[in-house]
Amino acid sequence: MILPALFFYLFAGICVASAVMVIASRNPVHSVLFLILAFVNASGLFVLLGAEFLAMILVVVYVGAVAVLFLFVIMMLDVDFAELRQGFLEYLPVGLLIGAVFLAELLLVAGGWAINPALVKTAVAPIPADITNTEALGLVLYTRYIHYFQISGIVLLVAMIGAIVLTLRHKPSVKRQDINVQNARTKAMAMEVRKVAVGQGLQDPPSREAAE
Amino acid sequence: MDGILQSYLPLVVFVGVAAIIGVVLLIAPFIVAYQQPDPEKLSAYECGFNAFDDARMKFDVRFYLVAILFIIFDLEVAFLFPWAVAFGKLGATGFWSMMVFLGVLTVGFAYEWKKGALEWD
Repeated sequence: MILPALFFYLFAGICVASAVMVIASRNPVHSVLFLILAFVNASGLFVLLGAEFLAMILVVVYVGAVAVLFLFVIMMLDVDFAELRQGFLEYLPVGLLIGAVFLAELLLVAGGWAINPALVKTAVAPIPADITNTEALGLVLYTRYIHYFQISGIVLLVAMIGAIVLTLRHKPSVKRQDINVQNARTKAMAMEVRKVAVGQGLQDPPSREAAE
Repeated sequence: MDGILQSYLPLVVFVGVAAIIGVVLLIAPFIVAYQQPDPEKLSAYECGFNAFDDARMKFDVRFYLVAILFIIFDLEVAFLFPWAVAFGKLGATGFWSMMVFLGVLTVGFAYEWKKGALEWD
């Protein structure tokens, strides 16, 4: 029983320390790397809780995809570190005020927090003991919670379309390769035989290319 | 509970060995390697001429689009895992609910393809 406790304190300690470093480090790219470390340790904590599926999804989705997204956002911002630090003292009083309000709210919430003892008994889908985590999730997600599942699919669709609408810009001057057009091109379309009078040359520009 | 954690023991060993190899490879050059730095060796290598400007420039927004599309299909695959594990017990409802989910995302995929979001320019 001592080993899980040891690993819990290892994961929790690294998680909290890297979370502090996310907001404390001056270089935003380092912040993202510390965020990745925090995600990995949080997934370790999930494994210790027995939530294997959540742990693996945390690694796949957050470490694999969301962290890359954050990295791109930061690299797109073109952060000027000197300029960032300039306004620090100006914004300090307002920041302290908002921080104090949030701290008070958090203390009120945490102080008034109580878990209803009957809640565990009334859980809609109790956790089965004899099957794995992933299977227990799969048994309820696609049948009992089908509406939420379908709504999540539609949310993903909206995210996909929104991302394309917002960021997709095609340059008008780019020439694309269209293989069907290339294969359909015949000798008659591409070439033209002209009689050239001696000493005069061709006066008009080739008409076929201009017409296309 | 202990059964689950015991099955993670090989993973702990694996991560431990990987960490040891990584740290050793990081530290060994400081001890073993022959070092004689000079300014030309330490400067950024740019094919013979001086570096034009800072390496920290803005990334193209198209990388961002690729990353978002990757996340969306990543989440789609994440939904497939519990479905595949519990497939035998789900019955027709579970099967068709996943098919509708995949169909909705295929609509998005077709839109993405037709708009040319998968092409670079």
